[in-house]
Amino acid sequence: MPKEAIVRTIGLKKTYMLGKIPLPVLKGIDLEILKGEYISIMGPSGSGKTTLFNMIGGLDKPTEGKVYIDEVDVAQLDAYELAWLRCRKIGYIFQTFNLIPVMTALKNIMLPMIFAGLSTDEAMEKARQLLMTVGLGERIHHKPFELSGGQQQRVAIARALANDPAIILADEPTGNLDLRTGKEIIQLLKQMNREKKVSVITATHDLKMLDVSDRVIWVRDGLVERVEDRANLDIKVGEVEGEEGG
Amino acid sequence: MAKKIEKQLSLPFKNAFQMSLRSLKIRFGRSVIVTMSILLGIAFLMSVFSTNAFTRALIEKGPETIRVSLQYNQEELHTRSIWLVSLSLLVCVVGIVNAMLMSVTERSREIGTMKCLGALDRFVMELFLLESLAHGLLGSIVGSVIGVLIMSIVFLIQYGGALLSIFPAGALLRYSVISIILGTALAVIGALYPAYVSARMEPAEAMRREV
Ligand SMILES: Nc1ncnc2c1ncn2[C@@H]1O[C@H](COP(=O)(O)OP(=O)(O)OP(=O)(O)O)[C@@H](O)[C@H]1O
Ligand SMILES: [Mg+2]
Repeated sequence: MPKEAIVRTIGLKKTYMLGKIPLPVLKGIDLEILKGEYISIMGPSGSGKTTLFNMIGGLDKPTEGKVYIDEVDVAQLDAYELAWLRCRKIGYIFQTFNLIPVMTALKNIMLPMIFAGLSTDEAMEKARQLLMTVGLGERIHHKPFELSGGQQQRVAIARALANDPAIILADEPTGNLDLRTGKEIIQLLKQMNREKKVSVITATHDLKMLDVSDRVIWVRDGLVERVEDRANLDIKVGEVEGEEGG
Repeated sequence: MAKKIEKQLSLPFKNAFQMSLRSLKIRFGRSVIVTMSILLGIAFLMSVFSTNAFTRALIEKGPETIRVSLQYNQEELHTRSIWLVSLSLLVCVVGIVNAMLMSVTERSREIGTMKCLGALDRFVMELFLLESLAHGLLGSIVGSVIGVLIMSIVFLIQYGGALLSIFPAGALLRYSVISIILGTALAVIGALYPAYVSARMEPAEAMRREV
């Protein structure tokens, strides 16, 4: 039996208007991402990765084309269904962490569960467990500004996992982190992908991400340039890292 | 084909209440500044109102000597008070609305993030309604008390005990109610408008929005 697609895009286009001048950013993206896959969307700065991320996550509307999440056309959803989708189906991780500044680590993780209708006690219990899972058991009551970047991103990962989503969408999750912390975050994402069977989709230009990806989608100028499987990648990783090395 | 999608629940008001209370407490420094802007605007407005109330009381019921001297330039007093009321209203509106706009617009990213986590627009609005209501009520109640107090002291020093017997308590109370309603309404409108704008945006846009 073929694996089910968790995300599908068909002829996805996005054009921003700069005043009266149209700026096409996505020019027709067709993708199929399977359940449980770890996908990296790679491409140079300005190629449209974040824009694609926003479309897949239901955070912005495409100009043309369709996005299907779990075979549901996102454009057909009303505000309540869209909120439900964002709350239950997708966990978001951002380059800038985007924790709610006035809430402790624990409260941040509880928030999506409160939105999902869990009681405070249930949410608190699960948030504690999640903080343990991401290795921050003792940082429960710290506010975001009292945590390092890496720790904030761990909280964000725990928060993304709060309602057991089918998809984790991560936009440059290591963009603001140093090399080692970045590696740890990538390992953590991979571990969640393996253990919880959650599909992970990252938009990134962090080459460290290549090691853990099942497939890499290369985007250039708003189009998919090529899609590579893990098997083909292994050969190239050395080269690419060689280019960067030093 | 919408098979696996449900509708998001609306959270009970209690949740928004708890969350906004916590936000006020934790953002205490910021809350004080916002409340102070409201307080200043209303105190200024209320001091002008009080001056009017005292002057009228003196003209109508005050001792003969004071009455004569005041009536002498009543016309001038009248135009000056219209000017002052308009001016203080302007200061009040601009000050309060500006303070609220700034404090909510800088939280656009937070609103976008909340929507990513599954918040409904209504919940976001409730949150900001409660916060601005708290700022508005506190700022304008304290502000109008201060305005009345200062002007009472000024007039007492100037006209002495004669004022006590004709103290215009009714008029001052009416003016206070007007000021408190005005201050609270301005605070709520000033906060809800930008909150509404951010909540209605696509989350991606709200999170991008720079102040
Ligand atoms: N809201 C917007 N309004 C106008 N132009 C936009 C908007 N968002 C993105 N763009 C433009 O779209 C192009 C692609 O942006 P995008 O953020 O998707 O790139 P990216 O691949 O994520 O880049 P990076 O690796 O630097 O994050 C850029 O040229 C950018 O200026
Ligand atoms: Mg980007």
